[in-house]
Amino acid sequence: MSSLAATVQDIFDEPGCAKNGSKSEAERRNGCTRQLQPGSAAGGCAFDGAKVALQPFTDVAHLVHGPIACEGNSWDNRGAASSGSDLWRTAFTTDLSETDIVFGGEKRLCKAIKEIIDKCDPPAIFVYQTCIPAMIGDDINAVCKAASRRFSKPVIPINSPGFAGSKNLGNKLAGEALLDYVIGTREPDYTTPYDINLIGEYNLSGELWQVKPVLDELGVRILCCISGDGKYREVASSHRARAAMLVCSKSMINVARKMEQRYGIPFFEGSFYGIQDSSESLRQIARLLVERGAPADLLGRTEAVIAREEARAWAAIQPYKPRLEGKRALLMTGGVKSWSVVSALQEAGLELVGTSVKKSTMEDKERIKELMGQDAHMIDDMTAREMYKMLKDAEADIMLSGGKSQFVALKAAVPWVDINQERCHAYMGYAGIVKLVEEIDNSLSSPMWEQLRRPAPWEALAKAREQMQSMAAIAGDPVLAETARRARNICVCNRVDLGTIEDAISVHGLRSVAAVREHTNAAGGCCQGRIEDMLMSEPSDMRQAAE
Amino acid sequence: MALVTAPTKACVVNPLKMSQPIGGAYAFMGLRGAMPLLHGSQGCTSFGLTLFVRHFKEAIPLQTTAMSEVATVLGGYENLEQAILNISKRAKPKIIGICSTGVTETNGDDVEAYLKLIRSAYPQLTKLPLVYVSTPDFKGAFQDGWEKAVARMVEVLVDRPSANGLRDPSKVNVLPGCHLTPGDLDELRALLEDFGLYPSFLPDLAGSLDGHIPDEFTSTTIGGIDVDEIASMGRAGWTIAIGAQMQRAAEVMQTKTGVPFRVFERLCGLHPNDDFMMFLSEISGRPIPSKYRRQRSQLADAMLDAHFHIGGRKVAIGAEPDLLFDLSGMLHDMGAQVTVAVTTTQSEVIERIRTKEVLIGDLEDLEGFAKEKHCDLLITHSHGRQAAGRLKVPFYRVGFPIFDRLGAGHQVSVGYRGTRNVIFQIANLVIAHRDENDRPTPDRWRTTPGLPQHVGHRRSTGAPERSIA
Repeated sequence: MSSLAATVQDIFDEPGCAKNGSKSEAERRNGCTRQLQPGSAAGGCAFDGAKVALQPFTDVAHLVHGPIACEGNSWDNRGAASSGSDLWRTAFTTDLSETDIVFGGEKRLCKAIKEIIDKCDPPAIFVYQTCIPAMIGDDINAVCKAASRRFSKPVIPINSPGFAGSKNLGNKLAGEALLDYVIGTREPDYTTPYDINLIGEYNLSGELWQVKPVLDELGVRILCCISGDGKYREVASSHRARAAMLVCSKSMINVARKMEQRYGIPFFEGSFYGIQDSSESLRQIARLLVERGAPADLLGRTEAVIAREEARAWAAIQPYKPRLEGKRALLMTGGVKSWSVVSALQEAGLELVGTSVKKSTMEDKERIKELMGQDAHMIDDMTAREMYKMLKDAEADIMLSGGKSQFVALKAAVPWVDINQERCHAYMGYAGIVKLVEEIDNSLSSPMWEQLRRPAPWEALAKAREQMQSMAAIAGDPVLAETARRARNICVCNRVDLGTIEDAISVHGLRSVAAVREHTNAAGGCCQGRIEDMLMSEPSDMRQAAE
Repeated sequence: MALVTAPTKACVVNPLKMSQPIGGAYAFMGLRGAMPLLHGSQGCTSFGLTLFVRHFKEAIPLQTTAMSEVATVLGGYENLEQAILNISKRAKPKIIGICSTGVTETNGDDVEAYLKLIRSAYPQLTKLPLVYVSTPDFKGAFQDGWEKAVARMVEVLVDRPSANGLRDPSKVNVLPGCHLTPGDLDELRALLEDFGLYPSFLPDLAGSLDGHIPDEFTSTTIGGIDVDEIASMGRAGWTIAIGAQMQRAAEVMQTKTGVPFRVFERLCGLHPNDDFMMFLSEISGRPIPSKYRRQRSQLADAMLDAHFHIGGRKVAIGAEPDLLFDLSGMLHDMGAQVTVAVTTTQSEVIERIRTKEVLIGDLEDLEGFAKEKHCDLLITHSHGRQAAGRLKVPFYRVGFPIFDRLGAGHQVSVGYRGTRNVIFQIANLVIAHRDENDRPTPDRWRTTPGLPQHVGHRRSTGAPERSIA
């Protein structure tokens, strides 16, 4: 078995990744993870990534070998759903103490594995390595190997300590562990020409089940989903699938590609977010299966189902369209969703004012351009402060993002809908996109926003009083009055100040907005109302004071 | 006297405990304009951050030195240096609170020395307080991290009194334990002010994590106690420490400034609040305001109404030592039996908990014993939800984290009014649970063999008989 460093190196050299392919040899050696910035980093570690990727395997005991922080601070924090066992939601950790660190934690790990087998007897145990045992040299590969033999049960080492890198790297290291120890170790009870694998789908909020009925109807069997609602037996025998769909491309491309290499399972990258993407994915599944020998009538049946489901979804979205037409959305998410959700939102009539491409590949960016036009506002890296300003200045009507930027939007009193893993609604497939549109409409049409944006009555009063006071101060001082007059813009577009317009009105005796426009640079567009007010009223106190 | 037992198993199942560094970071979140910084790998911060966000539903300032494998081998000086420079440039904090983690404790980073080096290299940081506290993950628990961090804040940030420095008897320092919520702090603030006292809370989570909408966007804490106010705490007449965990910080305060202190181990319940009121009356020289006389009477009445439902209950509680001590004391006073008590870490108070045995353990222990001993009320943080579902008993959420209910930051349990609320909430859970799951059936009390029998472990003196709800 290769060392962790070698595995990481191998992962970075991913021919299936377009972004990686476009790099020079030297760049590739540096890996694809961004150098982490101390003091301004966000996001999980490699252990987090590995755990996130594998934890949805429902009947496996997930044992974290490390101090309490790694599991104690993080367990039961994902909304994946299970149709069977709840074991995945039970947290197991060796809770390493100081003594373990001095004397080594391997013995404790071994005892912990035995305790789990005695108590729960799961079909397999996944043992996650963390930073501290990696530092002190606990060899979890050896412990797992010995334990597997002793208890005649698969005990799988997931070698992805937190400091190895980012969450994304952890996803891939978890995939490597599956490839090395699990996939291909069993045979399925039976196979059909319609067996597929879904790779990188985590069944958050049960969203897989929004798609599964359609697949069931077509007779397509999910032999294994890695890892949403997955079972150990299924992933162990997943090498017999006829085709595979890579759902979240960033996280497990290595698994899809290596399974193609080793077992000849062709795969495509797809998404079930949005109507067109869902249809496209179904077509691809059918096409790959037929190419691998499934009866050709699958293609026709698929088209029929797509036509029916699309019509149904469009009809369900239609009533929302007039309500959402022209509303501007800011989309802050990563990777595939940066484009797959775009088309979905456009279908509902929303206008996208920006989408983040921080985690997107070149290919992702191309697709965004295709969807949003050449001058799509692609946001590479936006600080929370910039995001807040953008929302506060009302440059978007709604933000869709993950939980991390939730409060940026909410504190700016701007509607927000969660589209990342913490969300409590499922948005996949035809049913999901309708649900998403419904949620967006719910949020946008809430009468709450209007109430919240209005300042407290005493604040409005205080502001008025303050203004009066400063006016009084100005009125007594000609110099101050003059600067104040020059400082206040009436026409914001062309930057024409109050003083200039007032002077023009009084010197030339102007009576209409058109006349003001002739004599000054004022545009008279959005400032028309303000100029009309000025024409109606007496010259301001400030002008009198300035004279 | 309770017997304290330590764990013997190798595998912790469903942890009750959380780690020290995030307890320390939590304390720094009660300081205005603060940025807590965990010196460790980025996961250490990310997990903590998610946990706080889920609990408070607020943006949480928490940064990381993002230690990589290589940095861990070579030592974390550069990462710490970069992190401090980056934070001071981007977030412009008034203070940075640094907590170590298991990674940087294991590789032996000497953070105090690093900070001296950083200070001498960057004169622009002269005025920025950097408070460091050592909080390895592999020792202690959340509460210990908080305890250490607050003691360090007093050590570093409180000024020694000057020679002619005058005491202000109306000024009172309050050192709240981590089991108090922002809502609790607000309740206490109002209470002290009603006695004409001017309290300074260290830390003051009520300003930062009470869920308000700030006028401006800031990436540091949006409120809390000011560093200058902390510096002046030595001029107070008294220090009030709440929870045994705060004894240490109060002692440090006394040694440094001479301010006398009193520890209130409990503030939930009738008698503990009587003591507290009398103390406040004594140090302020004012009689108990009539408002609190009424509140006391209301609490007494609430106890009368609720004892039918809480009395006799067999309670299983899992919480950090001070919270466990406080709540189990209150429930004991209401006539409940604290049948199972599980806590996270050693503390002087746990032997005095009114139960037979206190286990330093996990939620598996809590669930197992609760089942074995037929407990009919479960009290712990949100992670107890799975156990509660399996046990099919009413479940009262306390402590940290509470991520599956809203308003965790405003749950008040201190004072007469807070105690009254807790009693009502628990009694209502019991009533609701009985209504939904425990209606009497014709066969409930039938003992004749051969006839259908109600299988279960309800006491023969079934609760419905005593219902007056």
